[in-house]
Amino acid sequence: MITIKVNGTSHQLDVEDDTPLLWVLREEIGLTGTKFGCGIAACGACTVHVNGEAMRSCSVLAGSVDGAEITTIEGLSPDSTHPVQQAWLTEQVPQCGYCQSGQIMATAAFLKTNPNPTDADIDANLTNICRCGTYERLRRAVHRAAALMRA
Amino acid sequence: MTNTTLSRRTFITTALTAAGGLALGVGIEGPAEAASLGVRPWGDEGKRYPGEINAWVVIEPDDTVIIRYGRAEMGQGSFTALPQILAEELECDWAFVKPEYASANRNLRENKVYGSLATGGSRAVRETGVMVQQAGASARERLIAAAAKRWSVPASECAAAMSKVAHKPTGRTFRFGELAADAAAIKLDKEPALKRPDQYTFIGRRLARLDVPLKINGSAKYGIDLEVPGMVRAAIIKCPVFGGTVKSVDEGAIAGRRGVLQVVKLKDAVAVVADRFFRAQTALNALPIEWEVGAAGAANSAQFRKEYLDALDQKGVEARHDGNVDAAMPMAAKVIEATYEVPIIAHAPMEPLNAIAHVQADRVDVWVGTQNADLALALAAQASGVKPENVYIHNTFSGGGFGRRLGPDEVAQAVAISKAVGKPVKLIWTREEEIRQGRYRTQAAIRFKAGFAADGTAIALDMRNSAGSSNPANVRNGLDPQTTQGLVNTAYKLPNYRVVSILKNTHVPLGPWRAPGHSQNVFFMESFIDEMAHASGKDPVALRRELLAHRPDFQRVLDLLVEKGDWGKPMPRGKGRGVAIHESYDSIVGMTAEVAVTNGEVKVERVVIVCDCGVVVNPRGVETQLEGGMIYGLSAALFGEITVKNGRVEQGNFDTYPVVRYKDAPKTEVFITPTPGKRWGGVGEPGATMIQPAVTNAIFAATGKRLRSLPIAGQDLSGGA
Repeated sequence: MITIKVNGTSHQLDVEDDTPLLWVLREEIGLTGTKFGCGIAACGACTVHVNGEAMRSCSVLAGSVDGAEITTIEGLSPDSTHPVQQAWLTEQVPQCGYCQSGQIMATAAFLKTNPNPTDADIDANLTNICRCGTYERLRRAVHRAAALMRA
Repeated sequence: MTNTTLSRRTFITTALTAAGGLALGVGIEGPAEAASLGVRPWGDEGKRYPGEINAWVVIEPDDTVIIRYGRAEMGQGSFTALPQILAEELECDWAFVKPEYASANRNLRENKVYGSLATGGSRAVRETGVMVQQAGASARERLIAAAAKRWSVPASECAAAMSKVAHKPTGRTFRFGELAADAAAIKLDKEPALKRPDQYTFIGRRLARLDVPLKINGSAKYGIDLEVPGMVRAAIIKCPVFGGTVKSVDEGAIAGRRGVLQVVKLKDAVAVVADRFFRAQTALNALPIEWEVGAAGAANSAQFRKEYLDALDQKGVEARHDGNVDAAMPMAAKVIEATYEVPIIAHAPMEPLNAIAHVQADRVDVWVGTQNADLALALAAQASGVKPENVYIHNTFSGGGFGRRLGPDEVAQAVAISKAVGKPVKLIWTREEEIRQGRYRTQAAIRFKAGFAADGTAIALDMRNSAGSSNPANVRNGLDPQTTQGLVNTAYKLPNYRVVSILKNTHVPLGPWRAPGHSQNVFFMESFIDEMAHASGKDPVALRRELLAHRPDFQRVLDLLVEKGDWGKPMPRGKGRGVAIHESYDSIVGMTAEVAVTNGEVKVERVVIVCDCGVVVNPRGVETQLEGGMIYGLSAALFGEITVKNGRVEQGNFDTYPVVRYKDAPKTEVFITPTPGKRWGGVGEPGATMIQPAVTNAIFAATGKRLRSLPIAGQDLSGGA
């Protein structure tokens, strides 16, 4: 039995300790915005915030997050108004959109630690995969979000 | 409330609440803020709408315009583009538009009323575009006729605009919503003519995509996200040697595991069904399975490579022959030859394949993001034994497709498992299953021979190509047209030009991979054209201009590409610029790539893309497809390689099958230069082809090293040719 707080709501869950947080979020709590892409923390589609830090939830075990506060894409803002979401909307980033929850969550965490990143900072720190190849627009949106957050 | 025009604001609020409570409208160009797309984009099968004017258009009493979308949204944006095309003719207010998927069941029952629902070949706009134009125009004329009848005035005195029909002499108006039920009963004497491109006022706008608001907050529902009451979950492994079968399964090994419900043995696969996916997957991992693999269990990549190269010496079939290559080649003052090859590659869409199937005695429902709803329906009927008329495919958003979702293997599996357990089942493939059970781009090889006259003019080009057919049903007289796409149908004009095709398949299943045929053949062709330029002392753009002298549209694309891509501008040591151009899917796309090669490592720094796709539906749609296609092709060029050992694919995930990330993605610029009067071309695929030779040509410019195989990673770039 673990207790986690997800997007502000506490959940007591009877899951095996080795269940990936990804599947806890998706199948126990029903938050499907966090996506399964690879299962080995290689693609980032499952990125969420655990106690404020971006983590790839497919490789975070339930037993290790007992008591943690977790934010998923559904909880980033109540109405899609987080600066990263706004930047994504303005730049019209998503194509298939499947990786974008993870991209947005990774970016939101990254910009908290690096509010004014260079392109090289982005290359070094944002490693999520997008198979539709939206990187040109992703990069513009990261800079736009950074500017919004600084304003 | 009668005679009340619904205020736009009220409507918007309502529509958005239905779509999941979204906030919209921050500084996007274009008037698209209000049109909306459902989180669950499929309709309610069987619901009859009184305001259904035709199979494509329903107008509800509150003016909502439901537009049926007859293709699949896997990221390419046609869920917005096709309604945009229809709205141009319908003269509706975009704020009222709410697209939904066309029903595959209805398409079957009503004799392909939506045409083909299969989404490949960059055909969504090119083919369905004309159908929805006609549907929109027809609906408009019938709404006008309905209004004219009510007013007892000639239809010629009435006009439609912004979801209203006005009687011009008196200024009276009816809302579309007030007319739809009447319009639905009206038959026109003849179908109205379509607008000419110069009359378009809505096509060509930079509209915001309707699905983006759903894709920034987690609300868009992909197949993998859906829940059906009573549903259980399944994990599957298919025999890792293609064509192999299940020999034995030791079910006792996973007996008593929490949540595990049943092991389902299929002929060539084993599934574990459980209450949770992770429990199903871990149980499957622990399940001892023996496979019957046969002779294919000894196959490997080195042997395939030899077979495809050896095939070049076998007798083939002429796919095209202009002039007489055998007579011309001996007359050439100079002849060059080169052999190129590419390995098998996988699609790796972000969303692994999955499907929910619910098989009942007389009805099957499948919820799946598929590129091919018609085929999914047929496969579900076959796997369940239920009549096709009673099979319902509920198409969802797809997390990428790129051709992989054209062959819906997951649907037949999910149906078989649901039938076995008697419950709705959600089947999810792992990434490893997706990489190892692909329908791969074919391995291929080609031998080129070019002859030049004494003055350097290219007089003959001879090609022998070995590649696999992804669908034996397409083979006619020893040729599969797909394998020679990009060789047979190039615009280059030489007096003597021959393509000989040798079809060669192994036990590896093949399928269309974004721009099938073109994908490898444009790499071959545009690399060798580059070699021909250097061999005859010509600039690569100059040779292309010469061989394309008869095509002013190509010349214009090259003009813009030279200007925007800084062609001819010197680059520092260790850097180079390459070019490629090709026409496919009715679009001409040219590209330049700039690379830096440092200590044998390649970085693609900048890509300039110029496109003539004729009429542009949505400029941003064209730009994003070309950008994305380019990145998809760049992954193949830089890293793409699937290898086979003991009959099995060795790669399994993004650690062993790397793809482009931010750090690998070049700065990209797209310029569109449409030829006036030319019909619209497809843009989903071309980007994926040109980048491969543009990069290798740039590497040649930077290092003098000619790469005649892909991927680039792992090749020695230290020396010259």
